[in-house]
Amino acid sequence: MPNVRIEYFAILREHAGKDAEELQTGACTAGELFNELADRYAFPELNSMKVAINEEFDDWDTALADGDSVAFIPPVAGG
Amino acid sequence: MMRFAFSREPVSGADIRRLVGDDAAGAYVAFEGWVRNHNEGREVRRLEYEAYESLGVKEGERIIAEAGQRFGGASVYCVHRLGPLEIGDIAVIVGVSTPHRGEAFDACRYVIDEVKHRVPIWKKEHYVDGDSGWVNCERCASAAHDHDHDSHDDPSGDERQRGTGRRQAG
Repeated sequence: MPNVRIEYFAILREHAGKDAEELQTGACTAGELFNELADRYAFPELNSMKVAINEEFDDWDTALADGDSVAFIPPVAGG
Repeated sequence: MMRFAFSREPVSGADIRRLVGDDAAGAYVAFEGWVRNHNEGREVRRLEYEAYESLGVKEGERIIAEAGQRFGGASVYCVHRLGPLEIGDIAVIVGVSTPHRGEAFDACRYVIDEVKHRVPIWKKEHYVDGDSGWVNCERCASAAHDHDHDSHDDPSGDERQRGTGRRQAG
């Protein structure tokens, strides 16, 4: 059960009601973690979601390790 | 030297121009993105920008390095605003200097297009009617309810389905 830090941005931050949290998760991958949190916080359905682990873009099926920092990236809109 | 930055204070084109000044440069092209008073048929009153700053700076620097390699050693600086912005404010500036003009236009276009697509920045619009919404998020959410996901021609469909597919089943 890895202990991970999660950062929330934009629409996901508003749904989670917080910028970040640390938690112990039963999820093995970033994708499983997202599904776990999407159920908990009733995240909206979003196209083209990405994930970053330890401040780099990563794959949804990457295995989580203890101490990882995970950020979910909703569709971006800079410029 | 950092070539991509976020700013919570107003930014000016003159500052960017100084940052890419170079005796070997014969051309300078700048792009300014401004906050406009409408989007997708709705009247916009103001905006807020938010970013994942640490990753955003890394990705911005990567984009600028790519532009330098592709377009004849273009010297580029880009700054993007964060926080609340009003109509008419500058949201983003890209400044590019190169020896000749062609590469300056091309590099400037490349950088702003890639920044818009790749850098983790989010824009919340506040509308004149009192409503508000995250650009590219609210519409996707409602579209996802209205249409069959599998029919979308989305290059990152795998990622989306991994993230949200269980909602269709449930």
